[in-house]
Amino acid sequence: HSGLDHNQKTGSCFFPSSSNATVPRMALEKASGAARPFLDGVEVVKQGAEARLYRGQFLGRAAIVKERFPKRYRHPSLDEKLTHRRTVQEVRSILRCRKSGIATPVVYFVDYTSHCIFLEEIVGAVTVRDHLNSARACGRDPEHLHALVERMGQILAKMHDEDVVHGDLTTSNMLLRGDADGGNAELVLIDFGLSYISALPEDKGVDLYVLEKAFLSTHPNTEELFGALLESYAACSKKSSPVIKKLDEVRLRGRKRSMVG
Amino acid sequence: LTQQSTAPRRTPWPAMTVVIGFEGSANKIGVGIVRDGVVLSNPRRTYITPPGQGFLPSETARHHRGVVLTVLKEALQQAGLTPADIDCVAYTKGPGMGAPLVTVAIVARTVAQLWRKPLLGVNHCIGHIEMGRLITGATNPTVLYVSGGNTQVIAYSERRYRIFGETIDIAVGNCLDRFARVIKISNDPSPGYNIEQMAKKSSRFVELPYTVKGMDVSFSGILSFVEEMAHKLLGSGECSAEDLCFSLQETVFAMLVEITERAMAHCGSQEVMIVGGVGCNLRLQEMMGVMCAERGARLFATDERFCIDNGAMIAQAGWEMFRSGQVTELKDSWITQRFRTDEVEVTWRD
Repeated sequence: HSGLDHNQKTGSCFFPSSSNATVPRMALEKASGAARPFLDGVEVVKQGAEARLYRGQFLGRAAIVKERFPKRYRHPSLDEKLTHRRTVQEVRSILRCRKSGIATPVVYFVDYTSHCIFLEEIVGAVTVRDHLNSARACGRDPEHLHALVERMGQILAKMHDEDVVHGDLTTSNMLLRGDADGGNAELVLIDFGLSYISALPEDKGVDLYVLEKAFLSTHPNTEELFGALLESYAACSKKSSPVIKKLDEVRLRGRKRSMVG
Repeated sequence: LTQQSTAPRRTPWPAMTVVIGFEGSANKIGVGIVRDGVVLSNPRRTYITPPGQGFLPSETARHHRGVVLTVLKEALQQAGLTPADIDCVAYTKGPGMGAPLVTVAIVARTVAQLWRKPLLGVNHCIGHIEMGRLITGATNPTVLYVSGGNTQVIAYSERRYRIFGETIDIAVGNCLDRFARVIKISNDPSPGYNIEQMAKKSSRFVELPYTVKGMDVSFSGILSFVEEMAHKLLGSGECSAEDLCFSLQETVFAMLVEITERAMAHCGSQEVMIVGGVGCNLRLQEMMGVMCAERGARLFATDERFCIDNGAMIAQAGWEMFRSGQVTELKDSWITQRFRTDEVEVTWRD
């Protein structure tokens, strides 16, 4: 049986009251911090590149725990530095986004010893990636998708105007909460694991470049759609013109590179 | 009856297709012959420069001109074939250095006309990928392509090898080569190999800039840092050349493994293949192996015979292209220094 079932049956939460809770096979082999007992009896949802995600409850609310476990391929001191820095930056960026009204998961709790962040679970959401794929597969009307990418552009503009650089913008890192098909869904940004605060147009330009490449490689033949996203970004951001200029520069760096060998 | 139903599908091609491949986009020149997935021969020469120096296009081209016919003869002799046995002549169309590419293309065009065989211009990066697939047996891997001129994370979808991540400035091999020049490490047999050997003698980690942006990486900051700091650190005895080699490898390879893992998570892939000259570094293979084991994924890697630029990889990609019906007309048999992996329509895969 899964850990989630156990939680539901006993009505327990992350608090250590459920001493007989089963520990998931991969959970926190070495962690020792305050988060350790909270993680008993939760279910591993996904292993991303950065972290493991667990699903469970935090004080009765649906929660996702993001655990940055040690990456054994990395040198231990490099690993510790990167992990700590990224945990701090992730929480900082989420808070800054939320203050400015951008939908992101709520941060419930952070444990810097085991590098765990307790986040609100976005219930009943689909990734923009899945939504785009299914909408294109079943031939949805182009206006629907245009409205979606325009909203994406608006939100990214707002985020960059707050000097938050996401660092890993992909269509998998954007969720649609609510009625995705009807077009009234709320766009939620997730996974700020590589984010940082920067006012430099260069950093924001690279942020858009990363999204462009992920977007076009994940959704082939959508150049026009991505163009609409950028137009909406440029129209909504107060500081867009140096950013778009940098984006053009960064694109050229890739194309012009001689790629010898 | 059962025998009939399992009989091979009739194809318009001869039972065996033999392709000869010419490669010389950088400082290696190679000629390889492939017959239906079997490498018959694959001789190669490398233009090696003194420590502290890189290879310049015109001098590299001169080197290639000097040895190309010898290498061609070796390829035919070792394969035990005559020109009449060849079905198609493949050559590297790009990307790479202009002068060496031209040199090799001229030879390919000439023999194709002498032997009256069709020509085929091949993308160098696709050559690496197809060779890797042939040698390792990986079916649909996420590909980390790392060499002196390229750093890309590639996955196949809808008839293209799509670039999910890449360097936004210099290639990882270029970063290693230029670091080797700064501290005057030998270029024989290659700077990367010598860095790898020196790194084995240290375990002291010096922190260097670490720059990952989503599935992209940047190496220019690390290079600037070591170019500026190396002599200070070495002069004051704060660390040794071996420590710098170790730390550089640990840092840049961690970045590469990280973006590969991110691309795998993004694409839902459970296979990784490393190709390109830097791909024969055993420490990189080891780190990638640890990452794969943690994800339950499989790693495919090749050794220096096929990782490093060679003629057989061009022959193998050419073989796939030729069998899918492609040829290059003489008037289109030019070369190009810039030729992105995702520009090629992959007509030989579903």
